[in-house]
Amino acid sequence: MTSPLEQKIRITGPSIVTANRTFDGAVIYRNRHKGWSTDLSEAAIVRNADEARALLAEAVADDVGAVGPYIAPVQIRGDDKVKPGNLRERIRQKGVTIDLLPVSA
Amino acid sequence: MYAYDELDRTLINERVEEFRDQVKRRLSGELTEDEFKMLRLQNGVYLQLHAYMFRVAIPYGTLSSRQLRRLAHVARRYDRGYGHFTTRQNIQFNWIKLAELPDALADLAEVGIHSMQTSGNNTRNVTSDQWAGVVPGEVEDPRIWSELLRQYTTLHPEFSFLPRKFKFAITASPHDRAAIKIHDIGLRLHRNAQGEIGFEVLVGGGLGRTPFIAKTIRPFVHGRDLLSYVEAILRVYNQYGRRDNIYKARIKILVHELGIEKFAAEVEEEWRAMGETALTLDEAVIEEVRSRFAYPMYEKLPHMPDELKAAAHDPLFERWRRNSVFTHKVQGYAIVTLSLKPVGAPPGDATADQMDAIADLADKYSFGEIRVGHEQNLALPHVARRDLPALWKALDRIGLATPNVNLISDIIACPGLDYCSLANARAIPIAQELSRRFANPDTAELIGRLHINISGCINACGHHHVGHIGILGVDKNGEEFYQITIGGRADENAELGVLIGPSVPFGEVADVIEDIVEAYLALRERPDELFVDTVKRLGVEPFKERVYATR
Repeated sequence: MTSPLEQKIRITGPSIVTANRTFDGAVIYRNRHKGWSTDLSEAAIVRNADEARALLAEAVADDVGAVGPYIAPVQIRGDDKVKPGNLRERIRQKGVTIDLLPVSA
Repeated sequence: MYAYDELDRTLINERVEEFRDQVKRRLSGELTEDEFKMLRLQNGVYLQLHAYMFRVAIPYGTLSSRQLRRLAHVARRYDRGYGHFTTRQNIQFNWIKLAELPDALADLAEVGIHSMQTSGNNTRNVTSDQWAGVVPGEVEDPRIWSELLRQYTTLHPEFSFLPRKFKFAITASPHDRAAIKIHDIGLRLHRNAQGEIGFEVLVGGGLGRTPFIAKTIRPFVHGRDLLSYVEAILRVYNQYGRRDNIYKARIKILVHELGIEKFAAEVEEEWRAMGETALTLDEAVIEEVRSRFAYPMYEKLPHMPDELKAAAHDPLFERWRRNSVFTHKVQGYAIVTLSLKPVGAPPGDATADQMDAIADLADKYSFGEIRVGHEQNLALPHVARRDLPALWKALDRIGLATPNVNLISDIIACPGLDYCSLANARAIPIAQELSRRFANPDTAELIGRLHINISGCINACGHHHVGHIGILGVDKNGEEFYQITIGGRADENAELGVLIGPSVPFGEVADVIEDIVEAYLALRERPDELFVDTVKRLGVEPFKERVYATR
């Protein structure tokens, strides 16, 4: 499989690096302190391919803590609040769009 | 039920300890993700959008009440209190923590359940008719042969690293409930002119991005030769399957590219070269497996007991009985399907509490046995007809008496973008909306048998190609759109559905399906002409016209 670092990086707007935490699979975001956070608002924001490549390289190096890091788009609102840039990332951040449990019981 | 022996128990327990060590080494950093990924996949562990997903095999769809209670325990203790029954007689848990997985596996191993080969490029869980052994008209219980295949394929060293995954399905009934024609190898148990038991062998079926209906490679393979013939097929596939391109690696592509005649010739040559091998099954081996399937001590009971006569006055009970109760091979008994498709709920999901309650009902009314069907419903296979009214009331209390089996709201759906890392679009919310639109049981009965299948991506876990109405989620510039096909079917007359036109956005899918159904009701020749037969007779044009005329 091609390493994420060998893939062409195209950034069209503000982006973050996200992955799943190794021990429980939880969604995590690479933060500005060379660590991970489960809170998107703490994610390091990159705005061009060089920044993204550097942040991704840092994330990939932490193979013990995180699985499958990749670059994902975000939107920055007027109040600087960070929001996921697409439906997939919205679902990863907020959870499933349905009630978890079947009706009854 | 099949009784595992010491060898089975040892194998499963050793596998748990092996995986425990692998997980420990992964978490310590001794194994990289690249090294670990194949190991976890071979134990049914995927990484999905939010968490690890753990897939557990239910071989040929047979569960004991003890096993179902243990699945409930895993859902409750290690997950979020529910599980999802899949289209291949597996159950999936969506929120498992890797660190806790070995303990969950150990708990399952105590009751003979495992997750071996529920993922990865190997032979997967062998599936069969969920009514095996109880439905009238079977040649023989197909689970006997499923079990022989299970033993043969489990950890088979030559076939643990195939070009791609490989799936078997077996039926022994004229009506195919196991969808054998969309499997890599489909087996139809029947007798030859001499009365001997054997198989029509079909090969190269499958869905995904390149769907094919399986082709018959040999009309009759004697039962004693089943394993050697299957081995010949697997060898040819293992040698020539496309390892260079994951999208062309399934056996269906090889069969298509070579042509069935050439592929069959390769298999015959391989089979001849094998000659009489250790794989040739002698009757004693078959009998040994046959003897390990225990059947209930049925009582001699009337077909129409007083309890049933009395309950027949209740229209709600009668509707459920008409819909969810099926003929058993033993007089006085019935097969009961439990719909896991309540209105507005995710198809195929069951809570831990429901699983426990079903296990209790299985003990009380079905000799402790439960079946899992590929339609994502459960069944109690041995219910005395006198107990049907009491069972119905008990099922209704736990939300499992929706009388929609085989009707329009009995929807097959994959987890879609709500869970799956491969999906492009959501499947469950579409199913929920459709089940609400068609919640009126009178309307559903009027429409008659109609299967809707929904997949959130081209990998087709929801079998959309073979739905009477198939719905496929696609991504269009970041928006969820859905392609609609009609006329597919997964039974003995399996066919792929035909696309009716351009994809429609998320918010319009339910309206489009309503249009298709209204067109059908107007076009059918008589009330008992099924939707799929009307499509066969008229083609897609009238439906296409109805859907797109105003869009």
